[in-house]
Amino acid sequence: MERELKYIDMEDQPIAMHPKKFALWLFMVTVVMVFAGLTSAYIVRQSEGNWLEYDLPGIFWVTSGIAVLSSLTLQWAYYSARKDNFVNIKIGMALTVLLGIGFLVGQWYSWVAMVDREVFFVGNPSGSFLYVFTGLHAAHLISGVIFLIIVLISTFRLKVHSRDMTAMEMATTYWHFLGGLWLYLFMFLLLNH
Amino acid sequence: MATASVAHHDAAHDDHHDHEHHDNFITKYIFTQDHKMIGKQFLVTGMFWALIGGFLSVLFRLQLGFPDLSLEFLRPLLGGWIDETGKLDPTFYLALVTMHGTIMVFFVLTAGLSGTFSNFLIPLQIGARDMASGFMNMLSYWFFFISGVIMFISLFIKTGPAGGGWVVYPPLSALEQAVPGSGLGMTLWLVAMVFFIASSLMGGINYITTIINLRTKGMSFSRLPLTIWSFFLTAVIGLLSFPVLFGAALLLVFDRSFGTSFYLADIYVAGEALPNTGGSPVLFQHLFWFLGHPEVYIVLLPALGITSEVIATNSRKPIFGYKAMIVSMLGITILSFVVWAHHMFVSGMNPFLGSIFMFLTLIIAVPSAVKVFNYLTTLWRGNLIFTPAMLFSIGLVSFFISGGLTGIFLGNSAIDIQLHDTYFVVAHFHLVMGSASFFGMVAGVYHWFPKMFGRMMDAKLGYIHFWLTFTGVYLVFFPMHYIGIAGFPRRYYNWTNFAFTEHYTDLNMFVSTAAIVTFAAQFIFLFNFFYSMYRGRKTTANPWRSNTLEWTTPIEPGHGNWPGEIPTVYRWPYDYSKPGAAEDFIPQTVPLSQTPESNLPHEQEMVKLEVEIMREEAEVLVANESKH
Repeated sequence: MERELKYIDMEDQPIAMHPKKFALWLFMVTVVMVFAGLTSAYIVRQSEGNWLEYDLPGIFWVTSGIAVLSSLTLQWAYYSARKDNFVNIKIGMALTVLLGIGFLVGQWYSWVAMVDREVFFVGNPSGSFLYVFTGLHAAHLISGVIFLIIVLISTFRLKVHSRDMTAMEMATTYWHFLGGLWLYLFMFLLLNH
Repeated sequence: MATASVAHHDAAHDDHHDHEHHDNFITKYIFTQDHKMIGKQFLVTGMFWALIGGFLSVLFRLQLGFPDLSLEFLRPLLGGWIDETGKLDPTFYLALVTMHGTIMVFFVLTAGLSGTFSNFLIPLQIGARDMASGFMNMLSYWFFFISGVIMFISLFIKTGPAGGGWVVYPPLSALEQAVPGSGLGMTLWLVAMVFFIASSLMGGINYITTIINLRTKGMSFSRLPLTIWSFFLTAVIGLLSFPVLFGAALLLVFDRSFGTSFYLADIYVAGEALPNTGGSPVLFQHLFWFLGHPEVYIVLLPALGITSEVIATNSRKPIFGYKAMIVSMLGITILSFVVWAHHMFVSGMNPFLGSIFMFLTLIIAVPSAVKVFNYLTTLWRGNLIFTPAMLFSIGLVSFFISGGLTGIFLGNSAIDIQLHDTYFVVAHFHLVMGSASFFGMVAGVYHWFPKMFGRMMDAKLGYIHFWLTFTGVYLVFFPMHYIGIAGFPRRYYNWTNFAFTEHYTDLNMFVSTAAIVTFAAQFIFLFNFFYSMYRGRKTTANPWRSNTLEWTTPIEPGHGNWPGEIPTVYRWPYDYSKPGAAEDFIPQTVPLSQTPESNLPHEQEMVKLEVEIMREEAEVLVANESKH
């Protein structure tokens, strides 16, 4: 069979990335921009004075630890998936989901701690900002937990393995991103306090 | 370096390949995932909103031009907004201005322009079957639709739509006591904008992903049509700036509905102190204009891209300075994020900061001037074909120059003290952003109508539409500069209390009359559009003798765009009037080896390589064949 071959002048083929993964990265860019905008707003507002000072809830250290730990368990699950170790994937994923929920509960208790300090959502913006940061981050984290649960269900259907890692990779990327985002917010609050 | 590629298709391409689609009415016209139909949905919705937005402007122009006129004849439509004496209600006037701005900026020139042409052209011009995610694309349209429905409902509620200006500065927008529109109307405005932001982000993510990942073989970034470059950069700007607007709106929602004080401080309303403390209204302006200024370029860049394509095609010349065009668009993209505070020179911010933002603002004149220069040099000594699309594109260049010049005035923080919030500003941005982008959009419709509907729009009606609109726009906005220099502030219900305004009564009347005529002229376009959709002359495959890929599809492409393989691209899209070539255009799909008569020396070198590689590839193919 004769087939016409044509010459193409081009160094490389288009960047070979799965479109959905790429879209996830772009989505993370938008999340970065939301928080970049809000944290800049914090700095701008703080520099104007009339700023309520309060102690950060100590539980943030605990939740930050949980965030790091959950990223480790998820990464372990990811490596297990690459090696087709189905038992470990399930354990790793389930642990991550639990840690994720634990993180959310911890964040709730940070609000309780804030109320104990008599810093409320309504009042001086310095307190309101903390509620907005943690609340908006928690909203994204809930979406991350849902994503993890979806992947967890598909691990029970044996759909996550070394030959089909797209969902697993996306969940891992997103989760690490959310953990990193929290660490950034915590650092930011520690430094600009 | 060169490589030959007979490689496999992308997996995403194969999904759509060759299998029959049996669409029913709902999946074909309503919940469609075909990028072409979604583009048309955006277009028709955008036109609907343009009509409403334009009509609102006619209403307030009646008030401004003819302050003593009895508007009793509008009572059937406006009801209680016309008082007993036949006058327009002042708070409704504010709502009209607000909604005109919101509708035109977001619904017409963002969704109607970017939504239409990014959706329609990206897959067609880069050689893809569809967008990266057809489902998300569909969601993008329907979020926009829901946003529109909510905004539309807000026009009819008892307290009227939002009335704090399209920039919704708090405390005006944050306190219900401020204007009637700051109650339910403002709430609906915010809800609608949240849907709109979600829609834009989903659209933008799709455009970027598609352009980067789904280009056909040979379609390198240096061979992308400038339309695609402009849509790409527009999507990038949107992706970076809309989230910040979301953040700003979120804090405003908290201030309005939960009692926080992000933007509110020490306010007395009717002698009563509000509980809010410690907020900063300037903070909102910073956050808002961080979107607001890039938004100008979200509106303008697609129009500039469309113009590049239309002008090159109809001048029968390669675009002048293809790389310079890309670099200047990149420059505009980057600069658009560092100039926002020039909207706030008189907001009480640090004057030193003002001079920094002034400096950055004036730098934007450089890439803009490069673009204008390139348009003019593309036109220079070209074999100009004055199609309606070409006329509208040239009109865009004209507005871009005349409106851009006044931008240099306004960008100066000292001059801005005098001109801020006057009609000079209104004239400036209506020319450079409003009319220029609108002309780009109309040019795009005239140019790609044959691809959208398989028929031609009537050219004569197009010429009438062009000349009425072009002269109309100048008659409306040119006098406004003088009104602005004279000191007329924006957003005032009337000026009859100020003696100095008496000299300008006639001029305002003139502007209003011109605005009404210009608005009426748009119905010629509407008639032409819908009539031609069904009764227009049938088009040929490539009516403008253009190079880009969309004209290699069937006249009415189905879902998947090309019936067989996706064509491969061998050259840039601007090989018009190449010396030696038989025709005055060489489509991107024609290999260099087929055009030895017109190849340039370095292209001839590439042909030699091509022959060599083709032989090697043939050997590989023969070897593969013998294995089977």
